[in-house]
Amino acid sequence: MKLRILLIVLLLSLVSSVRAQDSRTLIVFAAASLTDAFEEVGAAFEAENPGVDVLFNFAGSSDLAAQLVEGVPADVFASANARQMNVAIDAGVIAADFAAEPPIFVRNRLVVIVPADNPARIETLNDLANTGIKLVIAAEGVPVRDYTETMLDALAADADYDAAYRNAVLANVVSEEANVRQVAAKVALGEADAGIVYASDVTPDIADDVIAIAVPDAYNVIAAYPIAAVSDGAEPALARDFIDFVLSDVGQTLLADWNFVPVIELPSPEATPEATTAP
Amino acid sequence: MPRWNWIAPLTTLAAVLAGAFLTLPIAALIARAITNRAWEKLPDSPIPNAIMLSAVTTTATLALALAFGTPLAFALARRRFPLKRLVNVAVELPIVLPPAVAGLALLIAFGRRGAIGAALDDLGITLPFTTAAVVLAQTFVAAPFYIRAAQVAFASVPREIEDAARVDGADGAALFWYVTLPLSGRALSAGLVQCWARALGEFGATILFAGSLQGRTQTMPLLIYNLIERDIDAAIWTGVLLIGLALAALLIAGALRREGEREG
Repeated sequence: MKLRILLIVLLLSLVSSVRAQDSRTLIVFAAASLTDAFEEVGAAFEAENPGVDVLFNFAGSSDLAAQLVEGVPADVFASANARQMNVAIDAGVIAADFAAEPPIFVRNRLVVIVPADNPARIETLNDLANTGIKLVIAAEGVPVRDYTETMLDALAADADYDAAYRNAVLANVVSEEANVRQVAAKVALGEADAGIVYASDVTPDIADDVIAIAVPDAYNVIAAYPIAAVSDGAEPALARDFIDFVLSDVGQTLLADWNFVPVIELPSPEATPEATTAP
Repeated sequence: MPRWNWIAPLTTLAAVLAGAFLTLPIAALIARAITNRAWEKLPDSPIPNAIMLSAVTTTATLALALAFGTPLAFALARRRFPLKRLVNVAVELPIVLPPAVAGLALLIAFGRRGAIGAALDDLGITLPFTTAAVVLAQTFVAAPFYIRAAQVAFASVPREIEDAARVDGADGAALFWYVTLPLSGRALSAGLVQCWARALGEFGATILFAGSLQGRTQTMPLLIYNLIERDIDAAIWTGVLLIGLALAALLIAGALRREGEREG
């Protein structure tokens, strides 16, 4: 891991040493769950800003926070929860104008996913407590793990379930993965009977391989993602442009396309006459 | 005019830089471990669990390598058989293969939907996410180190000695047990130490094939990966323990080699 940090430092400093030329590079550290959506947001941002390259480092938010604290260069940090953002803020690596209140740029919901052939016949949240099922969740420290535990706590407090339910579910955990995409992958591969991920993790890539079981609103935790500029980033102005772009209609629409919940009211395409008549 | 010899200082500088580069990261890690004083927290951390799991799995890996690898190494060193060259390559490949590829291959073969895994699943045996999967991952990447060493050792036992023993009436098993094995013992042990060190450090194949769960599949390297996000001091101490074990392995292997050379 130390080696990984060293490699990333080497790679990024290589990139930043060549970026002085005519193109500029913006380094964005983003939660693994943002992978597909941010790839598109980055491409759209590059299209709007000729000569700008957006370079992403996608990993578990806890990994990213650890890398930032260890001094890996970056311009923007998009975390999947406030806790890991606070780790970065406490270490003093977040820009002062963001440290007080990093804006929430998107929200996300939890879902339970099972392989398409559903080998353990999991139909409801109740079935997660069935003896012997193979449940995969994220490792401690990863934001989705916090949300998962909050969800289980809410279920345990409910009369329909109880504390025994929570313990039975946790006893079924066979692996704690380093980030949420690894959880989704283990289910899509059919190795795990069930996994707990974000709704946005059911991407077109794996949509045919998994079935999503909705978590009722009463127990569902709405994940809030904060974004901030990094204090000693090489491109402070560009970092703020990017954050504005993520919060704009264009950025929010792209995020909504990937099953994220936008933080602004998007113009609904059905309501606009241009959209209905457009080819 | 005496020509200024610039090659000597330049090569010295390169050598010093190379030595420093290889030493400094390890030294920095150890220095940080000493200053963070985290050893007081070690007994309550997941570290003892991971040490135990690493000890159990690497021991099982060694047993598998010995039991199944020794006959294969002997056959490769002494016998002719069809597809021998292919087997030779198959033994060598995991040594140079990225462990992530090994993990992926194991998952595709032994996963629940894998060629072999599906058949095992029908028998009620599921490998992924089990301690057995950790052992398989370690054996796949580490056993070739032992097999390769054993093959060289068997091949270098002088045939005249074995022939002489055969004249004296020793047959197959006795010949192997009383002549071939003692003569290649040190090289075999050195191979085993190498195999053990590689198994102990196994990460990529394990995390892909076996997942990560404390007490079941989370060996010491996996624990480092897991800890770095929430308790970097504990991660550093796990690293220092692994450095100590790796050094011990080096010393043992070196001692075996030197003793072997003196006798040979």
